Amino acid sequence: MTVTAAAVAAKAPARVPLLQAEGVVMRFGGLTAVNNVTMSVNEGEIVGLIGPNGAGKTTFFNCLTGMYKPTEGHVRLSGVELPPKPRAVVKAGMARTFQNIRLFANMTALENVMVGRYCRTSSGAFTSIVHGPKFKREEAETRERAQELLDFVGLGTSTDHLARNMPYGNQRRLEIARALATDPKLVLLDEPTAGMNPLETRQASELIFKIRDSGLAVVVIEHDMRFIFNLCDRVLCLVRGATLVEGTPDEVQSDPRVIEAYIGTGTDDDDAKDTP
Amino acid sequence: MIKIPNIPESVVVKHGPKAWPLGLVGAGLLIIGSLLSWSYDPQVLGDLSIRFNPGGLQIMAIALGLVAVILLLTDKGPLTSLGQWADTALALRALATWALLFMTMVLVAITLEAGGLVNIEPGGWISFLGAVLLFAASRLVLPKETRDLAQARLPGWAEILVIVALMAAILFGTAHALGLTDAWEFVLFLMLVTGLVITGVRAGFLSWLGHVTTRHKHVLMLAAFTVAFLFPFTQNGSDANMSIASQVLIFAAAAMGLNIVVGLAGLLDLGYIAFLGAGAYVGATMSTSAFATIGWKPPFFVVMLVGACVSGTLGLIIGAPTLRVSGDYLAIVTLGFGEIFRLTMFNLDGNNGPNLTHGPNGVPAIPDLTFGSFNFGDTHTLLGIPLARFSNYYFLLLVLIAFIILVFARLNNSRIGRGWVAIREDEKAAEAMGVNVFGLKILAFVVGAFLAGLAGTIKAHQDVSVTPDQYIFLESAFLLAAIVLGGMGTVAGVLIGAVILKLLPEKLRFFADYRLLLFGLLLVLMMRFRPEGLVASRRRQLEFHEEDEELAVRVEGDIAEVVT
Repeated sequence: MTVTAAAVAAKAPARVPLLQAEGVVMRFGGLTAVNNVTMSVNEGEIVGLIGPNGAGKTTFFNCLTGMYKPTEGHVRLSGVELPPKPRAVVKAGMARTFQNIRLFANMTALENVMVGRYCRTSSGAFTSIVHGPKFKREEAETRERAQELLDFVGLGTSTDHLARNMPYGNQRRLEIARALATDPKLVLLDEPTAGMNPLETRQASELIFKIRDSGLAVVVIEHDMRFIFNLCDRVLCLVRGATLVEGTPDEVQSDPRVIEAYIGTGTDDDDAKDTP
Repeated sequence: MIKIPNIPESVVVKHGPKAWPLGLVGAGLLIIGSLLSWSYDPQVLGDLSIRFNPGGLQIMAIALGLVAVILLLTDKGPLTSLGQWADTALALRALATWALLFMTMVLVAITLEAGGLVNIEPGGWISFLGAVLLFAASRLVLPKETRDLAQARLPGWAEILVIVALMAAILFGTAHALGLTDAWEFVLFLMLVTGLVITGVRAGFLSWLGHVTTRHKHVLMLAAFTVAFLFPFTQNGSDANMSIASQVLIFAAAAMGLNIVVGLAGLLDLGYIAFLGAGAYVGATMSTSAFATIGWKPPFFVVMLVGACVSGTLGLIIGAPTLRVSGDYLAIVTLGFGEIFRLTMFNLDGNNGPNLTHGPNGVPAIPDLTFGSFNFGDTHTLLGIPLARFSNYYFLLLVLIAFIILVFARLNNSRIGRGWVAIREDEKAAEAMGVNVFGLKILAFVVGAFLAGLAGTIKAHQDVSVTPDQYIFLESAFLLAAIVLGGMGTVAGVLIGAVILKLLPEKLRFFADYRLLLFGLLLVLMMRFRPEGLVASRRRQLEFHEEDEELAVRVEGDIAEVVT
């Protein structure tokens, strides 16, 4: 842990952070993909996670969201330990998107978002079959909320389009809308601008700010440095599974070790190709 | 399907204008020939030897000719406004191909049955010539641009009328087909129906019908059930066909339950017949048969519930440990479960464990159901038409099927149904979005088993006896085949699949020895050419054609129409 990180921690208020990951270790056999990473996210904060390819960013995300069971360490949301089960994590209030878009391709945009509402509704088989009052209420609410979220991410006119027929940028937005449908306190976005042109990237920043302004915290994995340094309140740089630097965008941007990790020193340039 | 040979463009351009008169002449000859006599021998294929008194096959040929005339008149003539919508060129090609096939088969049939080509009268040759001319003309018709049929609207009452007419046609067609005793006539009738259906598909009529039925879903259901309800009244008290019909319904009920597991949740279950068997054994052992082993004799309604619950519990027991594994593993475990069930029933005979099932002898002499004073074994007369034993069971099964369709459709169209689709699409993503993957799989399994249990209790009474050898693996395979053939995830598809798989072997006894061979061949061909089944759900169709962008754009509206 660096001096800058300690300074940030000291500045932070004494209350419990929204997300607190402590000493997370993930080993696959002999390979340590994530090595003792500690991260905390406060309410209404945008935190960036950067690092060269293979640094363990996505693996760390998978540990946070319960897709992997960390070998060591704890993940707490609002002070409550999260079980390593994706469904429980979503229910607790943390939703994610995927690096490779994983929408339900043959469902419409609206249906995709409606699936996101699954964990906040509880109509069972019986009420669904008899069309009981609970079913009717929840179905109407689900539909309304899904449409709201589509409007929120700017897909209000694509409601009836099949996910697989949508342009790439819109698919990314739809994935975010689906994650938001689970009523999260925190969303984890895994490379939300991968493959986007500059205009789409700018729109993505605006969307993330909008999400933050609606009261959620956001963690973003990104390769696009300009994007991340404009966006984030704090940035965490992972290299070879371990935290290299944590701090404000300015601090991280000017840190020689980050530059070295990305560009290399000339003698050790195996990561140079990852420079954005 | 017959492959359509490519005609050189120069020929089409040169002779194109002749297509229309040529086609009309062909259709005319087909009809005129059918009004004459086809065969010298009055004994074969119904009677085709009387002039101006067409027999069954001749009426079919006339029907083909009339459809051809209508198609030609939409191209040029009084019906051109219809021609803007319908793709008549493609339709005419399909129709002419099937008409030619039909007439060829007729001549072959007369030759074989009556002993020699000499038995064919000039009428037969004239009709055949008409079919040949029609075929030639259809190859010369130029394809044309048509408008999108999804936009085509008739006034609401007219669309409802179309649905009613369609249902009436199905009713009379089925009654007629079941009444055909001659195998040739039956096969030729099937050819006619297939030909007309393919013509309808090519013309775009069926896709228009799809839109109409989506717009009038309730009318469709009502009409379908009215038709199904009226069917026993067409049988004049004969129980022979009703026996087949009620077998088909039991099979269809089970297949629809399985369709929840396979079609909606996307799980492969190869031992599903065991759940039907569990229901049947509960129905049998709690009946008033002298061989029933359980002393408690509650009303049948309670027995049904007990059977369904036992079956559902079995589903839970088998599902809970196995649904954590996926795909092939699940198929193997369920396959094993089906065999375990059969062997258990086979061995619970008092020698190995308690005497519950009388082992291989099963539970015989199960009495007919009685609801109050209504005995299902008696013949009741309604509106002057006697309705015998199997008709009574038929009506009961119809109610059961209505219930199963309700469960199927409502679950499909709910939060649970969306969860199932999400699981089929991407299980990991579904889990990560908070869908209870394991719970929903179990639910599909248990609901499927529950419904099969309900059907099983009725089956026990209808079949009079319950033995282990009714619940062999082959039966599970047939249920699955009905779904694959008919279409995963649709009600109509499964009904069609069940009818094909149960009805054909009953009517075509000569084909019984080759049944498995032919069904196997049919399934292989389906997998190659139409993996989503005959009446596929749009979404299932997309899942089977992941690369087909054009299809995805085309059916987008259909899926959205169902959602909203």
